[in-house]
This record gives sequence, structure tokens and C-alpha cells, in this order.
Amino acid sequence: MISSPFLAVNNAGRMDIQQENTLKKIILLVALWAIPATAMAHDILGFPRHKGVEPVVNKKYSSSCGECHYAYHPGLLPSRSWKKLLEPKSLENHFGDNAELSEKDRLEVLAFLTENASETTWHFKRSVKITQSIPEDVTPLRISEVPYIKKKHMEIPREMVKDNPKVRSLAQCNKCHTEAVEKGQFSRTNVDIPNFRNWADLID
Amino acid sequence: MRNLKLLLLCAAIVGCAAVAVYADNSVLSKVLERYQAEGAASFSAENGEKMWTQKFNSDEEPLIRSCTTCHGTDLSKQGSHAKTGKIIEALAPSANPERFTDEEKIEKWFNRNCKWTLGRECTVQEKGDFLSFLSSK
Ligand code: HEC
Ligand code: HEC
Ligand code: HEC
Repeated sequence: MISSPFLAVNNAGRMDIQQENTLKKIILLVALWAIPATAMAHDILGFPRHKGVEPVVNKKYSSSCGECHYAYHPGLLPSRSWKKLLEPKSLENHFGDNAELSEKDRLEVLAFLTENASETTWHFKRSVKITQSIPEDVTPLRISEVPYIKKKHMEIPREMVKDNPKVRSLAQCNKCHTEAVEKGQFSRTNVDIPNFRNWADLID
Repeated sequence: MRNLKLLLLCAAIVGCAAVAVYADNSVLSKVLERYQAEGAASFSAENGEKMWTQKFNSDEEPLIRSCTTCHGTDLSKQGSHAKTGKIIEALAPSANPERFTDEEKIEKWFNRNCKWTLGRECTVQEKGDFLSFLSSK
């Protein structure tokens, strides 16, 4: 049965039902439009829907880049940084280590990282902040040197990081951010610094 | 009839176990065979062990490097990465049956670790010696 306001006018007896049906449809349409529209408005107005970085996973990436430190989420650096890190020459001397990959694996990992890099999303707050904090002509090779990340950790004393045998470096995000690896969450409410459980009392 | 079923079941279990063990060794023997096809002589676990603890100099920190820097000397125990401190599971197959069961992984790490430790790639002879030593643990 086609319900149309014109039909309803012609057939006075069924007018109420017809109009009610039409009204229901309009409400439904408005609702369907409104949900994505509000979500979009959030993004456009600068309120991403999710707080962390996107917790994407890729088997090849985990086995290629997760053996010496946790496999950093792609959304923690812009694609230009991943490209530079993944150049064969850079992999050969990767922060004083050798992280070389076969050409096939290198290209597969590079594609995954650049497709999910920080500037590819407007939905994840930390990625957006990371992208926005880096000047366009700068290509950081370290997440810990991204201005936004650096600023967030400025007040943490050396004894909790470098001189802390259970952490050793700010690059060990997952040692302190307990929900980082699985959920991509870096909120200060789920931080637990090894050997300094009361860190929040020591840092204002 | 019942006995026959039991017998078949036993045979199946033994068969599967045998296949599993064979599959493990087959990666290793395939790799060793390939090294020999590429020019290596017979392999010596003893030489492998000597090189395992041998110390090499580097221009960069750490100035003295060896395989034990990350893997330790007791191969049935966990090691820890020299720079990041990340735990490296035991290399001995007796403690960690997943070791040396993936050819690509073996080559990936020989490439990285030889260059890092010795400052050059390992020869097929050296790689075979290392594997003979490591797989005996
Ligand atoms: C052989 C070990 C090893 C492998 C494999 C490895 N890395 Fe690293 N990576 C390191 C070391 C060591 C550091 C420096 C850590 C430090 O300064 O505390 C590092 C640091 C990093 C950093 C900077 C961290 C920061 O914010 O300071 C990034 C990004 C990174 N690695 C990405 C990768 C990627 C991508 C791969 C895969 C292609 C990879 N790594 C594979 C050893 C490795
Ligand atoms: C030594 C422990 C430690 C390490 C390692 C560490 N963080 Fe943090 N991080 C903290 C603490 C503590 C805070 C909260 C600081 C504050 O609020 O004063 C924080 C805050 C943050 C914040 C802001 C959270 C918020 O609620 O505003 C982000 C994002 C973050 N860290 C990301 C990272 C990333 C990415 C890495 C790895 C490159 C990392 N952290 C490594 C301890 C650590
Ligand atoms: C800088 C640290 C470091 C040094 C030094 C090092 N390795 Fe490794 N090695 C690793 C890491 C990390 C892995 C991979 C982690 C894992 O599989 O648990 C690995 C894996 C391996 C594997 C692969 C095992 C498998 O499961 O197939 C072999 C073989 C190996 N190493 C041999 C050596 C030899 C031989 C030396 C000395 C020439 C050496 N390593 C020195 C860090 C190191």
C-alpha cells in the first residue's frame, strides 16, 4: 500500500490513518538523518567521538614491529613520519637497533601504517591533537617528541621514567598507560607508573 | 570391535603426534639443507656455541656486543632486549616449542641480529652452526 498525503485527501474515511503513517515516516526520516548529522557536527566542531587513538591491529605489523617494543598504534604519528621510519636505510639503523624487513613485509607494514596514520582520522581525539601539534615542515621520528605528547609528560620527573628500571624510556608508553595496547586509551585516569603507584600525589 | 576402535584411535593419536614433531623438525632441516646447497659444509654445534658467547666491538653503544647481550647464556630462560628491556622468550626449543618453526622469522632475525652484533651478515656456515647449537638446547 502506498501511503501519500494526496491519497489521504481523496479518501476521507482513511485520512487519519494515512496521515498518521506519513507522520511516522517523517519522524523516522528525521531521526535517521539526525544521528549521523550530530556525529558529523561533533567532528566538524572539533569534538571527536572517541577519546584515544584507533586500536587497529594487523598481524604482519605486530610480528614485524612488536618484538622489541609494543607495536605502536598507527594513529600516534602522521604518515610522513611512518614513511621516513620505514625507509630501508632507516630500518637498518633504527634508534641504534636493526629492524630490517623483507621488501614484501616492509611494503605491507608501510601500507597499514600510512592508511591508519594520525591525519587519516577525525574521530579519535589523541590522533587529532597529535596531527595538529606538529608543524607542517617537521617530520618527527619519535612519538615521544611530538609536541603534544612532549607537553603532556613535561612534569613527570626523570626518576619515574629514565631512571626507573621498570620503564627506562618515555617510548615505553604501555608500561604506564595500562589500557593503551588493547584499547588505544591514553587518558591520565588509567596511568599506573611502575614503582610509583602514587604518581598523582607527586605531580601536580 | 571395541578393541579395533581403540586401536584406531591410538594409531591416530600417535600419528598426529609424529606428524607434529616431524613438522617442527622439517622447517629446521629444510633450512639447514638449503644452507648446505648454498655452500656450507657440515655443521658444528660446538662452533655455534663459541660464537654465541664471543664478544664483538662496535663504534656505537653498547661498545661490546654478543648474542648473549639480549638472549643471555641460559637458553632455557627468558632474555631481555638490551635497549628496550622487553622480555624475549627462551630460545631453547625444549623450553619454547615454537622456536625455529618459521623459516621467514629465522631469516629475519639472523639478518637483524648478525648485523647488529657482528656488524655484518652471517655466512650460511655460521647460521647453520648457530642453529645446530640452539636447537640442541
Ligand atoms: C630490533 C628491535 C626493534 C624492532 C624490530 C623495531 N623497533 Fe622500533 N624501536 C627500537 C628501539 C631500541 C627504539 C628506541 C627506544 C627508546 O628510545 O627507548 C625504538 C623506537 C621506535 C619508535 C620511537 C618511539 C618513541 O616515541 O620514542 C618508533 C615510532 C618505532 N620504534 C617504530 C617501529 C616500527 C614501525 C617498527 C617496525 C618496522 C619497529 N619500530 C621495529 C627497537 C625496535
Ligand atoms: C613514565 C610513565 C609514562 C610513559 C612511559 C608514558 N606516559 Fe603518557 N602519561 C603519563 C602520565 C603520568 C600522564 C598524565 C600527566 C599529567 O596529567 O600530568 C600521561 C599523559 C598522557 C597523555 C594525555 C592524557 C590526558 O588525559 O590528557 C597522552 C596522550 C599520553 N600520555 C600518551 C603517551 C604516549 C603515546 C606514550 C609513549 C610514546 C606515553 N604516553 C608514555 C605517564 C607515562
Ligand atoms: C639487540 C638484542 C638481540 C641480540 C644482541 C641478538 N638477538 Fe636474537 N633476537 C632478538 C629478538 C628481539 C628476537 C625475536 C623475539 C622473539 O622471537 O621472542 C630474536 C630472535 C632470534 C632468532 C629467531 C628465533 C625463532 O624463533 O626463530 C634467532 C635464530 C636469533 N635471535 C639468533 C641470534 C643470534 C645468533 C645472535 C648473535 C649473533 C642474536 N640472536 C643476538 C634480539 C637479539
